[in-house]
Amino acid sequence: MEEEFKVIDNYLMIRMPDEIDHHHSVYISKTADKYILDEKVGNVVFDFERTTFMDSSGIGIIVGRYKKIACFGGKVYAINTDSRIRRVLMLSGLHKVVEIM
Amino acid sequence: MIEIVNWKRGTEVKNEMKLEFRAVSDNEAFARTAVAAFVTQLNPTLEEISDIKTAVSEAVTNSIIHGYEGEDREENRVWIHCFIRNDVLEVEIRDNGIGIADIEKAMEPLFTTKPELERSGMGFSFMEAFMDDLEVFSGAGQGTTVHMVKKLGVASWIADTD
Repeated sequence: MEEEFKVIDNYLMIRMPDEIDHHHSVYISKTADKYILDEKVGNVVFDFERTTFMDSSGIGIIVGRYKKIACFGGKVYAINTDSRIRRVLMLSGLHKVVEIM
Repeated sequence: MIEIVNWKRGTEVKNEMKLEFRAVSDNEAFARTAVAAFVTQLNPTLEEISDIKTAVSEAVTNSIIHGYEGEDREENRVWIHCFIRNDVLEVEIRDNGIGIADIEKAMEPLFTTKPELERSGMGFSFMEAFMDDLEVFSGAGQGTTVHMVKKLGVASWIADTD
């Protein structure tokens, strides 16, 4: 259930938990923002390898981080997305601003 | 006289489940998992389970953070009522929170009254997309009831048309 945050060069890597809902989202967003500010990273990578469930709270996390870094030319990536996560991302139109891999 | 025989007669499945819990975010995972477990008897696909869990999660989260405005009080409760008939699931999620004055506005994609909480405004859109039918009953100060219907066992048809 633990989220992991790691800074590699100019990228903040976030290993998302197995279930992403409103209960978890506040903590993930706050911690990510702390890294973005303190370590001055330009890009954020969300790793969904372990994630089996995500509701619209996950969209909130991604959009929120995107807004924080996009004005400085930063990019947001979503990696290891399975078909269900991808469906949620597409449905909310996030595939237009997030690089999905 | 011709008698029309319903081949499903005799094997009709009927079941019902009610749930009441305190409106705190810790219970979101419990609520969707409980509904998913109840639906298991219909042999749903993983896709269907995931759709139902997402829709339930959206509705319950709405009740907790909008209906009760995130306040944890003893009397703040969320009720779930599930009903199964053959391969159709009906889920009703109810709270007696502040209610919604303008339902149409609330259901618009990306509309949210809580942008500071990073709510994406996609809750109702997700419920609509992942379930087959969605009805919302509410009014200012009247609490909110979300009624959703999902027919199971149609995934293979939809895959064909995709």
